[in-house]
Amino acid sequence: MEPIIEVDGLVKNFGAVRALDGLRLRVEPGEVHGFLGPNGAGKSTALRVLLGLLRADAGTARLFGSDPWRDAVALHRRLAYVPGDVTLWPKLTGGEAIDLLGFLRGGVDEARRAELLERFQLDPTRKGRTYSKGNRQKVALVAALASDVDLLVLDEPTSGLDPLMELVFQDAVRQAADRGTAVLLSSHILAEVEALCSRVTIIRDGRDVQTGSLAELRRLTRSTVLLDADVPAAEIQALPGVHGLTADAGRLRFTVDDGAMGTVVGALAGREVRTLTATPPSLEELFVHHYGNGDGHGDGDGSGTGGGGPARTKAAHRA
Amino acid sequence: MNTTFVGTGRLVRSMLQEDRMRLLVWALLLSGFAAYAALVLPRVFGADGLQARAAVMAEPAGAMMAGPGYGLDDYTIGALMANEMLGLLAVAVAIMSLLLVVRHTRGDEEAGRTELLRAAPLGRHAQLAAALTVLLVANAVVGTLLSAALLAAGLGAADSWAFGAAVAAVGLVFGGIAATTAQLSSHARAASGMAGAVLGAAYVLRAVGDAQERGGSALSWASPIGWAQQMRLFVDLRWWPLLLLVALAVAGAALGYALEARRDVGAGLLPDRRGRVRATAAGRTLVGLTLRLERGRITWWAVGLFVFGALTGSIAGPMAETMASQPQLLAVLGVDPTDEEAMANLVSEAMGAFLKFFAMAVAVYGLAATHRLRSDEAGGRAELALAAAVPRARWAGAPLLVHLGASLLLLVVAGAGLGLGASSEIGAAAVGEFALAALAYGPLLACWVAAAMLLYGLGWSSVPLWALLIVVFVVGMYGPLFELPQAVLDVEPFGMIDALALAGPGDGDATPLAVGAGTAVVLAVAGLALFRRRDLRL
Repeated sequence: MEPIIEVDGLVKNFGAVRALDGLRLRVEPGEVHGFLGPNGAGKSTALRVLLGLLRADAGTARLFGSDPWRDAVALHRRLAYVPGDVTLWPKLTGGEAIDLLGFLRGGVDEARRAELLERFQLDPTRKGRTYSKGNRQKVALVAALASDVDLLVLDEPTSGLDPLMELVFQDAVRQAADRGTAVLLSSHILAEVEALCSRVTIIRDGRDVQTGSLAELRRLTRSTVLLDADVPAAEIQALPGVHGLTADAGRLRFTVDDGAMGTVVGALAGREVRTLTATPPSLEELFVHHYGNGDGHGDGDGSGTGGGGPARTKAAHRA
Repeated sequence: MNTTFVGTGRLVRSMLQEDRMRLLVWALLLSGFAAYAALVLPRVFGADGLQARAAVMAEPAGAMMAGPGYGLDDYTIGALMANEMLGLLAVAVAIMSLLLVVRHTRGDEEAGRTELLRAAPLGRHAQLAAALTVLLVANAVVGTLLSAALLAAGLGAADSWAFGAAVAAVGLVFGGIAATTAQLSSHARAASGMAGAVLGAAYVLRAVGDAQERGGSALSWASPIGWAQQMRLFVDLRWWPLLLLVALAVAGAALGYALEARRDVGAGLLPDRRGRVRATAAGRTLVGLTLRLERGRITWWAVGLFVFGALTGSIAGPMAETMASQPQLLAVLGVDPTDEEAMANLVSEAMGAFLKFFAMAVAVYGLAATHRLRSDEAGGRAELALAAAVPRARWAGAPLLVHLGASLLLLVVAGAGLGLGASSEIGAAAVGEFALAALAYGPLLACWVAAAMLLYGLGWSSVPLWALLIVVFVVGMYGPLFELPQAVLDVEPFGMIDALALAGPGDGDATPLAVGAGTAVVLAVAGLALFRRRDLRL
């Protein structure tokens, strides 16, 4: 099956500023794809190119196999978009704005519209200018999620929602995914990405620095192990793939390369093990690893470079 | 210790810094206008002309547009300034003042800046106090410059200073009223709308009052603008009405403070109105959307043009008589005094000139309306809609159609108003005749709207087009007066259309209409095509 989104070598300049610099991005049918990056990394620009609102300067962008600039209208019948900063018509009520956007898109699912209004606890009778940021986002979310589309493009859609509404949102996105809708979710909320996304792309300075499934990305970094056992520290430290070992009151703390966990467990065979916890790298650690300070190469715990693997790294591209 | 005003001084400085250009422009424009009027009008009219003008202002219609009519028996330029210009300048300064106060109080509050400020060690009333201080400064500057302008034109000192003070005091009154309305609604637009409605009522009260009897009736005294005019400037100066103005300004500000102390930040005292749960069938289309958003503006323009048209039409008769004795004014109409047929139809000729003026006013509507496209794009609504299945040409084309339709409607309304006003002079058929004649400007107005579309499509500012409209206005209305070369007058587009001849049984030249329509189509198509090719400005 052809990918829903296929972007390669995408370049977009705003005057002297290069917002996108050879971006690659691929979203498969039915996939919920996380799009991560620091502020100003080019996430919104990339989404707007995909929506045909901006024209690419170089590279290719394909949406459902078509050119998003040339075939914008036909493509937009198959997708719904929620911008990061929703501006509504001050004189239109929320309900009217939802209907307008829905009908411009080709109609909404009435039952789902009513259900979403209920679940998001949105008062549709208020005028656009009276809504808070969160409520404006809810209007755009209801309009998007009530549409029958093949792709949802969501640009930090929950930045104004409270934690309860965040859960409603996650639930609604899961339901959309169950219907077979692909989702491209740009987000800063890592818990949200971990909860929803099967694959993620991390973008920095207009380039994708890493892409793959969360499991694949995890494999690129080390797990953290806490061990309380009758085994000398030196023995553990000597094992291949073990890094940064510290001892504290008999408890050992170290990180282990992906794939080296077996050797550690093997070395413990027959010993008394009082505590053993192994924590896989969190998305936070991945995140910090890729666009923390400076060049993105952290060197603390859990930041080993696995090298190879199915996930692609573009560390060499980084300045 | 009272801490509710802590931080006022600091806020005043930052507000003045933010506003200095805006205030300077207002002050220079208004005082420039006053200086121009005081210097140029006596030369244009001459003593006889001034007296003839006084006769017009003595009519109820003239009094409605001008003032209570003090000094009409010996109409000096000073009396003219007080009778005709004072009201206009007071309205302008009132608008400046109420916008200023709302901008710095409810405007900041609605945008969320107040919340940020009030979390700092800043007193509850600091923002309102600072806004009112800036209001005081602004009106002092405008008033002083106005007085200076009149003094420079050689008018009497005491009356000139009183003139500036009167205008500034009206500004303070409406600033004070805005201080109150800013507490009532939680929206800046509604707050300035309410203060504006009070201003409109004040103007209508004095207009009706002044029309009822010379020197104004009780209704004139119900209006703060009336109080300023009752100072009998340049005729028989009395200062005490100024005290009424100051008292009302203080009362408005005091009420504002009192209400502000009783409400939460961000909240209004009036409830927000609820609206529809579902969009109507029309609200689901782009044309319906634009109509919905534009209808308020279209309605106000229509009411304004109709009323102003009727007033103008009603003074066409006396105006034509005045003009017959004034070669300079005949030049404005483009009438050759030796042309007997034209001299016999002076009323119609004058009406033709007015019609042209109203067509230009409708062009202002057309250009202003297209700004909605720009704000939708900058604000992100275009992004939201264009990410739906909306072709760019339809997104920009729907407002284009609405603005064209509204321009035609406004032309008809202005023409009908003009005809109604003049019907006592030239018969009831004038209503239909002028409404039809006004439509002759339709293709030309389409050109203006389409040209605005072209600039939008290019992603350029609309400033060049506004500048062009101002040039066209000056050339079209005052070109003959300035004795500009005929070649310049000939290319002024509104002058190319002989609307009355086209509407009448005569044989007007329809070529300019066809050319205009064709040009409009080309401009609009080019604008839409260019918009399709450019990035959205986000």
